[in-house]
Amino acid sequence: MDFDLSPEHELLRQTIRDFAAREIEPVVEEYERERRFPTDVVQMLGPMGLMGVPYPEDEGGAGLDTLAYAIAIEELARVWGSLALIVAAHTSLGCGPLHLAGDDAQKQRYLVPMAQGRVIGAYGLTESGAGSDSGGTQTTARHEGGPDGGTWLINGGKRFITNAGQAGTYIVTARTGERPGGGAEISAFILEAETRGFSVGRLEEKMGLHASATGELIFQDCRVPAANMLGEHGEGFRMFLKILDGGRISIGAMAVGLAQAALDASVGYARERRQFGQPIGMFQGVAFMVADMATEIEAARQMVWRAAWLKDQGRDYSLAAAQAKLFASEVSQRATNNGVQVHGGYGYVEEYKVERFLRDAKLTEIGEGTSQIQRIVIGRKVLDLKIV
Amino acid sequence: MRIVVLLKAVPVVGTERLTSDLRTDRSGTLEANGADEYLLEAALKLAETSGAEVTLLTIGPAGATEALRKGLAMGAASAVHVADDQISGSDGTQTVELLAAALGRLEYELVFCGADSSDGGGGVVPAALAVRLGLPYLSYASQIEPAPDGSSVRIRRLNPTGYDVLEAPTPALVMGTQVLGEPRYPSLRGIMQARSKQVQTWTLADLGFEPSAVGAAAARTAVVSAERPPERGGATVIRDEPDAAVQQIVEFLATRRLL
Ligand SMILES: Cc1cc2nc3c(=O)[nH]c(=O)nc-3n(C[C@H](O)[C@H](O)[C@H](O)COP(=O)(O)OP(=O)(O)OC[C@H]3O[C@@H](n4cnc5c(N)ncnc54)[C@H](O)[C@@H]3O)c2cc1C
Repeated sequence: MDFDLSPEHELLRQTIRDFAAREIEPVVEEYERERRFPTDVVQMLGPMGLMGVPYPEDEGGAGLDTLAYAIAIEELARVWGSLALIVAAHTSLGCGPLHLAGDDAQKQRYLVPMAQGRVIGAYGLTESGAGSDSGGTQTTARHEGGPDGGTWLINGGKRFITNAGQAGTYIVTARTGERPGGGAEISAFILEAETRGFSVGRLEEKMGLHASATGELIFQDCRVPAANMLGEHGEGFRMFLKILDGGRISIGAMAVGLAQAALDASVGYARERRQFGQPIGMFQGVAFMVADMATEIEAARQMVWRAAWLKDQGRDYSLAAAQAKLFASEVSQRATNNGVQVHGGYGYVEEYKVERFLRDAKLTEIGEGTSQIQRIVIGRKVLDLKIV
Repeated sequence: MRIVVLLKAVPVVGTERLTSDLRTDRSGTLEANGADEYLLEAALKLAETSGAEVTLLTIGPAGATEALRKGLAMGAASAVHVADDQISGSDGTQTVELLAAALGRLEYELVFCGADSSDGGGGVVPAALAVRLGLPYLSYASQIEPAPDGSSVRIRRLNPTGYDVLEAPTPALVMGTQVLGEPRYPSLRGIMQARSKQVQTWTLADLGFEPSAVGAAAARTAVVSAERPPERGGATVIRDEPDAAVQQIVEFLATRRLL
């Protein structure tokens, strides 16, 4: 057993850390305050290979593994939650389905430019009436005959979609019929941003992650060619369950990065801030908070890395990914909350950044399956019972 | 054209410590010397524009591998690592002898090196090495332009009023500055490609050195004592709006007749 990262993973971590400190950190505050999508920053990531870390080079990616990807997301989240979410949604949810189910033509046309970072990707699953119950999709796609296999006419809408309005390619799910047993048959489609009948509705004003875009997708007689169906007809639901398994690793990594940022800030502050004639870190009340943060973060990181490792080994990782995401996001919530507490009143003001980590971390308990949904997934696997 | 870039592995800036016998402690994490990275960047740009082949050369402990790995990930084609336990404690003269011996086994038109290292800071190696090898020495380059056929090299050297242009036939040794431009970040693909690039490790025996010729016992210089610099006193920090701040800085300089 070897707990050391490989030299390549170490170099990757150091490279992203240097890059983030020098090129990203100085602009974070401005974008967050203005709630502006960081197009300039995202454009720097592509040439470095950060927009397609775990995909092979012939698909436009950097040819690294899931562990490298988790490290990359953690390091980005350590300086900027919004950027980590943008990259995670693009990579896991935008590129992921194309890598998993795309045919050669679809990969060349859509995945390569995305993984190279020239086109941003997004994934539209959630709807206003279908959140945790993502199978409850009401958006429909109706087949119409014609040359080249005809077209699909999509109607409906999506909500809470990361990178909405910024993406050039959207992967969306829609009902394409009824299953023999009754339930909805769901398929996935590749949608170009300029497609007629497609528009982006309102963008959400969020609690945190202010520089990331979260918005509504609207389909009104939106027509896509048959060649843009992704994967087999009716396989959309199975595919997105798989995609979410992988996505959970990146949300877990994002949670670890935000928690680590809170810890780093708290360690520095607790050593420097003096009250009652000594650094506040010398009070057990404060030191124990920091000790708990450090301990839980370490555990969370190991769980995320292990889930990534299992995936890289080609083994079943869905339980490990759900556990890692659940634990890391709840650790992140506690650690960022304690980060504010360690800073006292200064933690509550924006200048010290820890309040941003807290606001950003909350999303990790909600996106890609809430903590309750993770517990259902885990409970079902552990108990082998149909938990509701 | 073949360029050898001398790349020293130094303790991570800010973590430098001396051992009890007043040598730089190299047991911790090492990184590529910042001043050398500007030259590596200049060499890599030449690799891109004119197909130059870049080889890294370092003398250092096992931990120097990480600095080489980064250089290879940035785009160097290969690396040579001179490593031998006996070398520890060598001084500037011995370093120059070792580098000269290593370069004697390599083929090149240009040798690039940074002005100094962030740990030792001696700054004697570039000039001494050029003299030792009998190479033209072009120092403090802010721009490096080899002739298309590689037979000569021309550099710009900043001076207080502008710049000098120096030109020499190759092989030549160029020492450069940060004006050459910021080093690139390794790309993720570069990190993966570095895995399959060749790193040769040479020992003293490979270079034809007797162990007794190097190391602390044979060094001609020794550090006699070391002291921390005194803490810097009372800096004035100005936190006003830019206009008001500029005004104050101008006044500060003016009262000291620095403007
Ligand atoms: C910033 C942000 C970015 C997002 N990005 C994307 C994206 O890119 N693509 C995308 O498709 N979606 C995205 N989402 C949507 C996200 O995945 C959903 O918000 C999430 O799955 C929860 O769905 P919901 O909001 O409808 O909540 P609901 O499902 O209505 O849940 C409300 C509460 O009920 C609980 N609950 C629901 N069902 C159960 C149950 N069976 N048992 C126990 N508790 C239950 C939940 O845990 C939660 O506490 C994003 C959301 C946000 C906030």
